[in-house]
Amino acid sequence: MSTAPLRLVTEQDRDVQIAATIAVPTIESEAQLKALLTSLSGVDAVGAEARVAKLSTRSIKKSTKLAAIEMAISMVDLTTLEGADTPGRVTSLCTKAMRPDPRDLTVPSVAAVCVYPDLVAHARSVLGSSPVAVASVATSFPSGRASLKVKLMDVRDAVSAGADEVDMVIDRGAFLSGRIGQVFDEIVAVKEACGDAHLKVILETGELVTYDNVRRASWIAMLGGADFIKTSTGKITVNATLPVALVMLEAVRDFAETAGPTVGVKVAGGIRTSKDAIRYLVLVNETVGSTWLTPHLFRFGASSLLNDLLMQRLKQQRGAYVRADEFSVD
Amino acid sequence: MSDRRLANSQLGSLEYDPAPESASIAKLKPSYGLFIDGKFSDAEADARFASVNPANEESLTSVAQASALDVDRAVVSARRAYDKVWSKTTGAQRSKYLFRIARLIQERSRELAVVETLDNGKPIRESRDVDIPLAAAHFFYYAGWADKLDHAGFGVNPKPLGVAGQIIPWNFPLLMAAWKLAPALAAGNTCVLKPAETTPLSALVLAEILEQAELPPGVVNIITGDGSTGAALVEHPDVDKIAFTGSTEVGRMIQQRTAATHKHLTLELGGKGANIVFEDAPVDEMIEGIIDGIFFNQGHVCCAGSRLLVQESVADEVLRRLVRRVEQLRVGDPLDKNTDVGAINSAAQLLRIRELTAFGESEGATRYTSSCELPQKGYWFAPTVFADVSQSHRIAREEIFGPVLSVLTFRTPEEAVAKANNTNYGLACGVWSEKGSRTLWVAERLRAGVIWANTYNRFDPTSPFGGMRESGFGREGGRHGLEAYLNV
Repeated sequence: MSTAPLRLVTEQDRDVQIAATIAVPTIESEAQLKALLTSLSGVDAVGAEARVAKLSTRSIKKSTKLAAIEMAISMVDLTTLEGADTPGRVTSLCTKAMRPDPRDLTVPSVAAVCVYPDLVAHARSVLGSSPVAVASVATSFPSGRASLKVKLMDVRDAVSAGADEVDMVIDRGAFLSGRIGQVFDEIVAVKEACGDAHLKVILETGELVTYDNVRRASWIAMLGGADFIKTSTGKITVNATLPVALVMLEAVRDFAETAGPTVGVKVAGGIRTSKDAIRYLVLVNETVGSTWLTPHLFRFGASSLLNDLLMQRLKQQRGAYVRADEFSVD
Repeated sequence: MSDRRLANSQLGSLEYDPAPESASIAKLKPSYGLFIDGKFSDAEADARFASVNPANEESLTSVAQASALDVDRAVVSARRAYDKVWSKTTGAQRSKYLFRIARLIQERSRELAVVETLDNGKPIRESRDVDIPLAAAHFFYYAGWADKLDHAGFGVNPKPLGVAGQIIPWNFPLLMAAWKLAPALAAGNTCVLKPAETTPLSALVLAEILEQAELPPGVVNIITGDGSTGAALVEHPDVDKIAFTGSTEVGRMIQQRTAATHKHLTLELGGKGANIVFEDAPVDEMIEGIIDGIFFNQGHVCCAGSRLLVQESVADEVLRRLVRRVEQLRVGDPLDKNTDVGAINSAAQLLRIRELTAFGESEGATRYTSSCELPQKGYWFAPTVFADVSQSHRIAREEIFGPVLSVLTFRTPEEAVAKANNTNYGLACGVWSEKGSRTLWVAERLRAGVIWANTYNRFDPTSPFGGMRESGFGREGGRHGLEAYLNV
């Protein structure tokens, strides 16, 4: 068996992955969208959970572990979404994002810093020309309970302040009451308001509850133009879980194979340890493959995860655990 | 077209460093004797044979070849233990021993998993997560029955049969020993167990566990040997019951030899399980289920879903996804914790798989074989799928007992049932559909002992398992499993 270590996938590799065979279907009516969603295969909950449990027993050791940890660091959206956020806190987070371990500049920077819209301009100014992107939640995050007009203003506000990525929430109320056309139209409108900014669509899977709903919501988001589909806001009790991530990964894979574009997946909320992160990477590897093993297409929305990744990285290098206080608390 | 290699999919391209479990955990001794009357002794003729690791063809240890004389010693010991000790114990006392055995299996589970993987060739992930925990679960389950036999539905105070001769196969060595021993002991019988010639080691570790559990001498005797040892056990006049799991061919011989004797008989034989996929099946889980159905334990499973019956409307889609998934299976060192498919158990079995797959090609089926690299030494066969298979092909009718799947199509539920039942076997089937009423309609009409709905190859000690027609008779597991060891 080969022992080549895990590596980041280059743009060149990605080009040969999946051939777009059919263009994204244009959705012209709610009935058409409904028909498309009902044509999707159902998810057997027991089977999906069993699959995830089996993949969680993969044993990731030595150079693979080190490479996976570094890959995970590069995929983190370092997040602060509190009422108590201040420019000072955001500055400290941005500094950490650019140089996660100040003693070792070989540690990659994280993918993005994720903040509320009013702190986007500040984050942008701290990050300057670094490769770290600014992501902003918008559309009346986290509940999404506002008129479309307000939601779009929220998005434009964030984008004009310099957000590279927008994390929107879907209208779960509309989805659960069957008004999927409304959910779709909102995503389309937000995508338009984003302009060049990348759009991540938060499904809030903890409120959708069933895997069938997760699969359908994933397709609505992708058809609506999402660049990423994202599990959760992190603001409710049930956040990202491995089976939900599995269903979403299957959705992006099937979408890429039948409709064209490759859509990314972001798992958010409750991912705190390197072990968790590596389990997600194994899931990505064995469900959608190497194409998605890049920050362009897979992200972790997290805050405390980063320090654990740094700690485990050092442990792999030194062979012994280091104190938690070796890493900054931001 | 005959050996169309799979296109290289990008799945699983993140490569994992080897994560091998240490072989030294097995703590194997240089040689093992026969476990008779509570202690290990040499065979009368002092004949021995080597147990080989099928993953590298290296000899693991030497075991004794029991002759008819040794079989007689074992049966005499079992009879004595039955008359003097075991038939006089209360259910609660038997239960105590069974609980002890179950806990000791758990305590030594890591060692047992490594022994099983070394001797059998199955991936450590399966021996660790399936074989050993299920073996312990069987002892726990029947420990609970030992003092409740009055309530098992066979009347008040049902009596044991006496001395049970038990012959088990090489595909799940320890688990099959547990399936045989646990209900027999709970019901009050004493046992002579003969593990398969190519996989005797975990049963010998189990013998050490029985000693540790202080099971009275002679209640369980474990004798190793080849087919001649099994034949001597079947023909021994003082055996009251024969329980056999293995090939239909040998099962037929045993039934002939026990005909017109006082011996009770249960047989768990071969199969050619049909996994029936309707167009509304949950597709991703169904693909995993097909994979589990045929590549679990390298397909060395009597109830393997070796025939895939797919509704024609989704056949291309299912085959495309299936082939992609097969390519992703990690084949190699069974001790590596990330291995999905291990080694074929023996050179003889590998030869049989090669012969039958050659028929598949010459009969015109389309072959897809994983492009995985196979190790140089040892017995290996790459996971293989045959498409465009017809009912009349040999690969659709004969049990291959290897990692080879035959894919056939159907148009209506009636046709699916007719094709699934069109076999001499009748052990297990799977039905995949999101429509419950259809699943039940199909399940009612399938002639097989076990039907799985939206899953495959799931086992539990509370659930009866067994076949119909050439797959044998009698049930193991559950309350039904007690019947095979009670005089009812």
